[in-house]
Amino acid sequence: MTRTPRAVTIVGASLAGLNAAEALRREGFDGPVTLIGAETHLPYDRPPLSKQVLAGDWEPERAALTDPEELEEDGIEARLGVRATALDLDARQLALHTGETVEFDGLVIATGARCRTMPGTEGIGGVHVLRSLDDCLALRADFEAMPQRVVVVGAGFIGAEVAATARGRGLDVTMVEALPTPLSRVLGDEMGEVCAEVHRDHGVDLRTAVGVESISGDGRVERVTLSDGSTIDADVVVVGIGVIPNTEWLDGSGLEVDDGVVCDASCLAADRVTAAGDVARWPNELFGETMRVEHWDNAAQQGAHAARRLLDAAAGPFTPVPWFWSDQYDRKIQLAGRVHGDDEVRVVTGSVDERRFAAIYGRAGRIVGVLGFNRPRHVMRYRALIEQGASFDEALAAEY
Amino acid sequence: MRIVVDFDLCESNAVCMQIAPDIFEVRDDDFLYILNETPGEADRARVEECVQRCPKQAISIAED
Ligand SMILES: Cc1cc2nc3c(=O)[nH]c(=O)nc-3n(C[C@H](O)[C@H](O)[C@H](O)COP(=O)(O)OP(=O)(O)OC[C@H]3O[C@@H](n4cnc5c(N)ncnc54)[C@H](O)[C@@H]3O)c2cc1C
Ligand code: SF4
Repeated sequence: MTRTPRAVTIVGASLAGLNAAEALRREGFDGPVTLIGAETHLPYDRPPLSKQVLAGDWEPERAALTDPEELEEDGIEARLGVRATALDLDARQLALHTGETVEFDGLVIATGARCRTMPGTEGIGGVHVLRSLDDCLALRADFEAMPQRVVVVGAGFIGAEVAATARGRGLDVTMVEALPTPLSRVLGDEMGEVCAEVHRDHGVDLRTAVGVESISGDGRVERVTLSDGSTIDADVVVVGIGVIPNTEWLDGSGLEVDDGVVCDASCLAADRVTAAGDVARWPNELFGETMRVEHWDNAAQQGAHAARRLLDAAAGPFTPVPWFWSDQYDRKIQLAGRVHGDDEVRVVTGSVDERRFAAIYGRAGRIVGVLGFNRPRHVMRYRALIEQGASFDEALAAEY
Repeated sequence: MRIVVDFDLCESNAVCMQIAPDIFEVRDDDFLYILNETPGEADRARVEECVQRCPKQAISIAED
């Protein structure tokens, strides 16, 4: 028996969770709304953590997404520093790490993801991951001590941004990537190579097609040993090798978990339970593909959709064109759509040599993605074509 | 309703332009231009969507 919840509890007080809470109010929901978050901070924005805050240009306060007054005005209760440890769907109860049990009616799961770590590096000083504000401030403090050599493990978007920010601080950076071409799985070889060149031009020592064997040091990190036997001296190491969705607390709840909380096309995971953001996996009907998306825009949109879905079964499927940006040096890189390494790629405007261009990706006759280097206007135009399901030929013929 | 953009925050990612191309435009110089600073009530829902979706929280609505 499905009905509209009388109260909504949101687990995970970050971008998706906060957007869910705000959307409930925007939609006129007037029951209690509670945000439960493991971090002690009020919701804050993560993108600046690898950019402005890490660079030292922003103090952390500037990354805040809300403040106590705003929450109070919206009637959103925030319970911070509290971790949910178990979910009982039959009793409709949550267990908290404090030992408390709380009842819920409607539930939004927005517990996001955490960084994958390198086994064996626990307890070695100077080895970092970057996900939370606390991670950022710890890394920033190490950067401020002007280390001799920073080693970034993984040349994905987070690693690339950390490398760029460290170079901006005048630090010596080596970046190690297991793939022959960074980002080739998300951008294809050709465009991945463009990203690699950007780093080399900015003085990053980029080592590709080589893995990391170990990270070692006496109390504090001293060296990184690579799979080809070579070693790199290091006094700060940042590991950026992807994230794992935070779903362990749902073990035994009966919810289906498969690299994320499995939802239907409308973000519903169970009766009066939805999921959103980095933790959610759902079939995106626009692409005919089940996906879990780790981007800012998706967390914000899906949070709002998950809230609407709780209030209204007619909220419909969630069918966004995934989109994200990454700022590296003076380049704003943006990617919209669902790109595979073997899609057809065509530059449609600008020049790759000048690193100011847009390229579109086609598969099975359809435009499925667009990549922009300092071409935000084009990215949004082509994103609209992707949304409309335009053919690749149509997109190639378009003039923007 | 008057649209206010904090250009110190805006990073020209054109999210607003995708929602309301008749009101916001990011031009080839990579700057955002407001094409219509005082849209009518009929546009309110779309402008509010822009306010909500702007990743930099750079857009606000002044009621004057
Ligand atoms: C450094 C960095 C830079 C980024 N830059 C960009 C960018 O430039 N562009 C872009 O598009 N995206 C970027 N992203 C990605 C974007 O920030 C994420 O997609 C977004 O934060 C996801 O939001 P979320 O709310 O789903 O999850 P999260 O932000 O991961 O939040 C989940 C929250 O839930 C809490 N939680 C977890 N488990 C529990 C539990 N059991 N009980 C209670 N609380 C719990 C966590 O502590 C956390 O606060 C970046 C991410 C990082 C880390
Ligand atoms: S969405 Fe915000 S940041 Fe992006 S162009 Fe518009 S005002 Fe600027």
